Amino acid sequence: MIEIRFHGRGGQGAVIGSEVLTHAFFIEDKYVQAFPAFGVERRGAPVMAFCRIDDKEIYLRNQIYKPDHVVVLDSLMLESVGVTQGLKKNGSVLINCKRSPNHYRDLLGDDYQLYVVDAASVAVEHRLGSPSNPIVNTAILGAFSKATGLVKIESIEQAIEEYVPVKKENNKKAAHAAYERVIKA
Amino acid sequence: MKQVIKGNFAVSHGVKLCRVKVISAYPITPQTTIVEELSEMCASGELDAKFIKVESEHSAMAGVIGSSTAGVRSFTATSSQGLLLMHEVLHWAAGARLPIVLANVNRAVGPGWNIWADQTDSLSQRDTGLIQVYCESNQEVLDSVIMAYKLAEKVSLPVMLTYDAFFLSHTSEIVDIPEIEQVDEFLPPYNPEFRIDINNPRSFGGMIGPDYYFEERYIMHKDALKALEYYQQVCKEFEEIFGREYDICEEYRTGDAEVIVVAAGTITSVSRIAVDKFREEGKKVGLMKLRMFRPVPVERWRKVLGNVAKVVVMDRNLTAGLGGVFASEIQAALYPIENKPMVYPVIAGLGGRDVTPDDIEGIINYALSNDKPTDVPLFWGLKE
Repeated sequence: MIEIRFHGRGGQGAVIGSEVLTHAFFIEDKYVQAFPAFGVERRGAPVMAFCRIDDKEIYLRNQIYKPDHVVVLDSLMLESVGVTQGLKKNGSVLINCKRSPNHYRDLLGDDYQLYVVDAASVAVEHRLGSPSNPIVNTAILGAFSKATGLVKIESIEQAIEEYVPVKKENNKKAAHAAYERVIKA
Repeated sequence: MKQVIKGNFAVSHGVKLCRVKVISAYPITPQTTIVEELSEMCASGELDAKFIKVESEHSAMAGVIGSSTAGVRSFTATSSQGLLLMHEVLHWAAGARLPIVLANVNRAVGPGWNIWADQTDSLSQRDTGLIQVYCESNQEVLDSVIMAYKLAEKVSLPVMLTYDAFFLSHTSEIVDIPEIEQVDEFLPPYNPEFRIDINNPRSFGGMIGPDYYFEERYIMHKDALKALEYYQQVCKEFEEIFGREYDICEEYRTGDAEVIVVAAGTITSVSRIAVDKFREEGKKVGLMKLRMFRPVPVERWRKVLGNVAKVVVMDRNLTAGLGGVFASEIQAALYPIENKPMVYPVIAGLGGRDVTPDDIEGIINYALSNDKPTDVPLFWGLKE
């Protein structure tokens, strides 16, 4: 079983992002489960969302405490939320940020695979949200595809086509652009 | 067709497939998206039904009592405080013998204000006369809506299907959504013998004095018991058409079990994982999943649990001053049995607290290592 945890802020689309990602895995004939950390959502407040992927039916229903992969939609959260808490050794951390990945290597240590992508710029280029509040959830999924190799970019694009209600083309292009731009530390 | 959907959408899809004609509802977290989707379906014409917006849950149930009395298939959904506000009219729906289906998302009762999973809301309605069915997965939620109408219309009693807040209501997973033609084959149009008809006036809900009320309640009780038998038939017919198996209660690896865990809702799912682990270690542990809770399948419970040494009952609910509702009723059902099993009542996961396979493992180990329960009930995971 693969367990993925998203960290974002209310309004950034972490929950929808986790759902689109499970759709992409579903397209690849996996058993999937997506759910939010069950809070009372407020814009700007830290939120978590979870995905489970497996080759057999999933009975586990509690929150994810030991993820294989972590996706961070807002790099400022690294300073306030323990995003790597419980993350398995050699697990991956994918961060939306404009900084160099080495900056985070110092912060997070050497136990994890580290990837960064400027998903905010990608989102703005594709008119997803505004420069002050870019919607990065689809872009970061493209980056996730490249970084982890777990799911094809074509499946991400198809999941966006089937699941995202608005700006399907822009969202697909953003995912593809972020796929090309992800940087490994 | 297989799709990845949330538990709440499994309900609204089920309602649509049953060609429900009237929906009356008031929104409450975490039920809201059920009726949100249904109202959109009604607005777009995807579902040919009347959606009645009301000012409270009491009115929501009163609304479907009206439409059901008029002889049309009716639906409502709620959760927690909303269900409690319905309480008075729930008795009415059952006493009037109306086959309404109600979906309740199990949510804790306040205060303290809490929107997370807890069964106390539905269990505190156990004396209303509503049939209660507990669900473990989104597929089961959808299938249970379809089976609920078949049962309700057969026994002329309302059915409440119920499932955990967020663990199902807001969790996306794969659901096989049946074709409407298949559902039509399974569930014929609702055509009751008695309905409001201006050409054939009748009296509904009139006074019954001491002379007949007693007998009327006896008949209701007998009909509720018949639901046990009917539901097994309904499940069989469902399986023939849709290929998925359900029952009044279900067993998992109980064959030669010495300890059986009893659970309802999503705690069942995590219990499966724990049971598998014990079985791998050669320990004889099994699981009984509670599905139908009103009427109570007493005979079946006795059959499954009667010969084991220990029964662990998981209650995500609390009746303060007693303990868990499931444990209490299981103990009552087992009481007449000679050499009855030792029952270990456990309260866990109140107000949405996570219950993990490790928790279940710990609880089973507690039962294995104690000849009798140390605490009745045991509050598992209580902070100091």
